[in-house]
Amino acid sequence: MTASDESAVQDLLTALPAVTEADLSALHDRLAVSAAAEGMLDVAYRTLDTPLGTLLLAATEQGLVRVAYATEDHDKVLTTIAKRISPRILHAPRRLDLAASEIDEYFAGQRRSFDLPLDLSLSTGFRRAVLSHLPDIGYGHTATYAAVAAAAGSPRAVRAVGTACATNPLPVVVPCHRVIRADGSFGGYLGGPAAKRALLELEAA
Amino acid sequence: MTAKQPFEAVVARHGATVLRVCRAVLGRGDADDAWSETFLAALRAYPELPGDANVEAWLVTIAHRKAIDITRAARRRAIPVAEMPENPSAQRADGRDLDLATALAGLPRKQRAAVAYHYLAGMPYQDVAAVIGGSADAARRSAADGIANLRKSYPGTAAGEGAAR
Repeated sequence: MTASDESAVQDLLTALPAVTEADLSALHDRLAVSAAAEGMLDVAYRTLDTPLGTLLLAATEQGLVRVAYATEDHDKVLTTIAKRISPRILHAPRRLDLAASEIDEYFAGQRRSFDLPLDLSLSTGFRRAVLSHLPDIGYGHTATYAAVAAAAGSPRAVRAVGTACATNPLPVVVPCHRVIRADGSFGGYLGGPAAKRALLELEAA
Repeated sequence: MTAKQPFEAVVARHGATVLRVCRAVLGRGDADDAWSETFLAALRAYPELPGDANVEAWLVTIAHRKAIDITRAARRRAIPVAEMPENPSAQRADGRDLDLATALAGLPRKQRAAVAYHYLAGMPYQDVAAVIGGSADAARRSAADGIANLRKSYPGTAAGEGAAR
């Protein structure tokens, strides 16, 4: 069959009823529900619009596993999750309902701490130990990198605390924004310095 | 090895093609079930799929098997009825099909599959043959026969209609 015959056939087949976005979206939702029911939805995700831009929220069956700023590139973040946790990933907002509403409340100034199951599996070793101590810094308070290092049991590991904060897989929810420099300056932040300032100002209000 | 995409990207990229294929092979009524079973099975096996695999051919292979299962199950459920056209409203007085989907549904199974996998999924005949069995040449003949039959039973575009009247 020649190329022009092939394209004539393609023209003929355009007469088939079109597949619409609505068709696909209904099927996608149904897939997400059955995948979760069969224990095959290893990672569910959704996005959430906040005053600090669109956040990506991802959760395993254990709990919230990743919060990512738009500047981190959500596609790249999902590809990393596919590699490090599982590629069985679907856009499935339902599992993130609680996380999304708590984060909404936080940004509205109506919530001071998060009450969510967390999955820290994207962080290991000392970094993970650091992250597990961060919720001890209360809402509206700050601690220095050195103080956090001491709390995590390694007073000399100040730099490592900086790395742990910079690679926090759960920003906002695990409050690495409350860790600042000894001279009172903010220090770095994975969401950018403006985001860190905005969170600290929100909590100071 | 190339990094494996999140499964969401697989659904976004191939969902529409697989649905067109399922509709072509099974008809609209069972296509949604076939699509759902195909992607659920694909999700289950996805972590073990080699990183360099042809994802679309893999999905079509799964869809082909699911379509066979669904057709068999329907046959088991079927209650014999006196000859009744499947969709009487879709045929014109002259016996030709009113729409292409109906015409496609009237094709023999193998022709339907060959047309769907080659023309809708864009698979080379070699790959089509691997899914439906037989040689690449046989797959090519099935698709060609299918298209010839479609042209016979489907009157074609509105322009052609107008000229005929």
